Amino acid sequence: MTEKNNSQIAPVHTGPSVLVVDDEQDFVETLVKRLERRGFKVTGVGSGQDALLKLGETKFDVVILDVMMPGMDGIETLREIKLAWPKIQVILLSGHGGEEMGMRGMAYGAYAYLLKPVSLKIVVETAYMAFEEGGLR
Amino acid sequence: MSIFGLKDLGTKIAITALCFSLIPLIGLGVTMYSMFASAYHTKVRANLITLAENKRQGIDLFLREQVAQLRTVAYSHSVDELSSQDKLDSILTTMQLGSRTFIDVGLINEEGMHVSYSGPYNLYQANYKNEDWFNQVMVRKIYVSDVFEGFRGFPHMVIAIKKQEKGRVWILRATIDSDIFDSLVRWLQIGDSGDAYLVNRAGDLQTRPRFGNKSKDVYASFLGSPFSGARTAEFESQKRKIFVGGIWLEQKDWLLVIEEDMRGELQPLFETQAATWAVVGSGIAFIIIGTLLITRMIVAQQDRSNREQAQLNEELIQSSKMAALGKLAAGVAHEVNNPLAVIREKAGWMRDLLEEEDVGKSPNFQEFEDAVDKIEQHVERAGNVVHRMLGFARRMEPVCNDLYVNDILKQTTAFLDNEIRFRNIELVWNLASDLPTIQSDAAQIQQVILNLFNNAIDAIDRNGHITVTTGYDAVMEMVSISLRDDGPGMDKDVQKRIFDPFFTTKKVGEGTGLGLSISYSIINKLGGSIRFESEEGQGTEFVIHLPVKHHDRKE
Repeated sequence: MTEKNNSQIAPVHTGPSVLVVDDEQDFVETLVKRLERRGFKVTGVGSGQDALLKLGETKFDVVILDVMMPGMDGIETLREIKLAWPKIQVILLSGHGGEEMGMRGMAYGAYAYLLKPVSLKIVVETAYMAFEEGGLR
Repeated sequence: MSIFGLKDLGTKIAITALCFSLIPLIGLGVTMYSMFASAYHTKVRANLITLAENKRQGIDLFLREQVAQLRTVAYSHSVDELSSQDKLDSILTTMQLGSRTFIDVGLINEEGMHVSYSGPYNLYQANYKNEDWFNQVMVRKIYVSDVFEGFRGFPHMVIAIKKQEKGRVWILRATIDSDIFDSLVRWLQIGDSGDAYLVNRAGDLQTRPRFGNKSKDVYASFLGSPFSGARTAEFESQKRKIFVGGIWLEQKDWLLVIEEDMRGELQPLFETQAATWAVVGSGIAFIIIGTLLITRMIVAQQDRSNREQAQLNEELIQSSKMAALGKLAAGVAHEVNNPLAVIREKAGWMRDLLEEEDVGKSPNFQEFEDAVDKIEQHVERAGNVVHRMLGFARRMEPVCNDLYVNDILKQTTAFLDNEIRFRNIELVWNLASDLPTIQSDAAQIQQVILNLFNNAIDAIDRNGHITVTTGYDAVMEMVSISLRDDGPGMDKDVQKRIFDPFFTTKKVGEGTGLGLSISYSIINKLGGSIRFESEEGQGTEFVIHLPVKHHDRKE
């Protein structure tokens, strides 16, 4: 897959603010850099607990959340987020396939469920859609 | 289980069953026969004893009557009357009125000389003084002699009565015809070879037996001092076996011997024996036939259930393989997808950087660009494989709707129209019009059918036919879908492994080897079955059976 519709070269934080939560450090690092390049205001954290702390400090529009994480897993984190900040949109990201997990996530109020490895284009589009829907509510 | 094992089982069953039924049967036969035999022997002996007693009474009665008659004559006539020849003749005539038992009668004085005599012999000169019977009667008053030949040279027996008159002793003596006595004794004979005769204490014959030349051994055991009542014995000579009955007379110390042929008497017993063996023999034959039949049935049944068990085991192994792979896939997927995601992002980042920096002018820019493209392309491919593997990990309940199999087939082939036309393959439709709707998961069935069509198209490659047949089995309540291609078919080795995960005959990169495994797993989950038949050079047919009503299958 190729993504060639990048007009912005320098990071200009005009897009929604995004929190990326994943225990895979390399993944978080790269995703943060790439999303920033596409105008998002992005922060990355390595666990569910850190995500909740970060959300307590700063306001975010969208959370991109890995499902399979050691300690507090994605579904649990999702429930906590939705309890405390029901307006925040959560996009679940999982390497562990299976609709069951997705269905559970959706049932707890996730906006979308994406399977790794996923193209950045889809992540970006989904994040925008989530942001817009969150803004409407 | 091997066929030998089954035969062995059959032999064990047969032997056990035969032992448990034949031994009691034979035991019953032998016991019944021996009990009957002993009862019958007892009965025959009892009959013999009764017969002997009856006969003895008859003979005793006869002797008593003769003695009584002679005594009457002796005491009712005076010596003068008896001495008169005329009178004696008339007395003998009177005595012979009833029967010709008495041959003659004579009066003898104490010197042993005949005073008078009436009878056929000329015995006037005979002197009996030294005869044994004469001395006996002088002592005992009444004497019945043994049979002897005497002066006349002919076997006879004598009855003598002592009479005292005029201060002197007289003896009235009469002779009994031994022929009449013989016939009296022989009068009651049993069977063709039965016999009856009298012997004295010394064992000498007193009457003529029916069959001459009696061995003394026959009645030797009864001789000696007289006993009361009858006794029986069995006697066996070289020629025959006999029952012997012996009883002593009351009137005279003679032994009545009765012989009965054992064979004649025991005839019913022999018949019983033959009947018993016939019944037991036919019983044995019946039991053997029955046992063999039952054994054969059991062995056949066992064989059948063994085969069913083996098939069931095979299916169990197949589905447990699937389950194991499902678990493995779920575990591997996570571990593989995360690194893939990182690789993808890193490649994406490189692309971003390539666009940002002024490397467009670098001579290797195109090479970098291509490398990043390839990395992304192969990450995509690896991701697809992992996602297909995850098909096993899905433990989602099938979504059940009423659906019409013919429609699904039509819809599915619509996806393949272009490819079929491009490869010049003809679809032959052979759909049953009376199919019921079934409760099942349309998407999953579609996935299976699509997979089977793809395989068929790949097998044919170019120019061929795919025949699609549907049908309904009302008894099993199953709808069947059959896909037959006229491709090259599969050899036996391939046939054995087609449902195995990751087994593929396609080129590396073209097939994952998961299509049929997933199909198998799906159909299994939907409560159906998937079978195939293939012959090299003839093509392959896959048949799916799906239940009309959905029911969960425990895994």
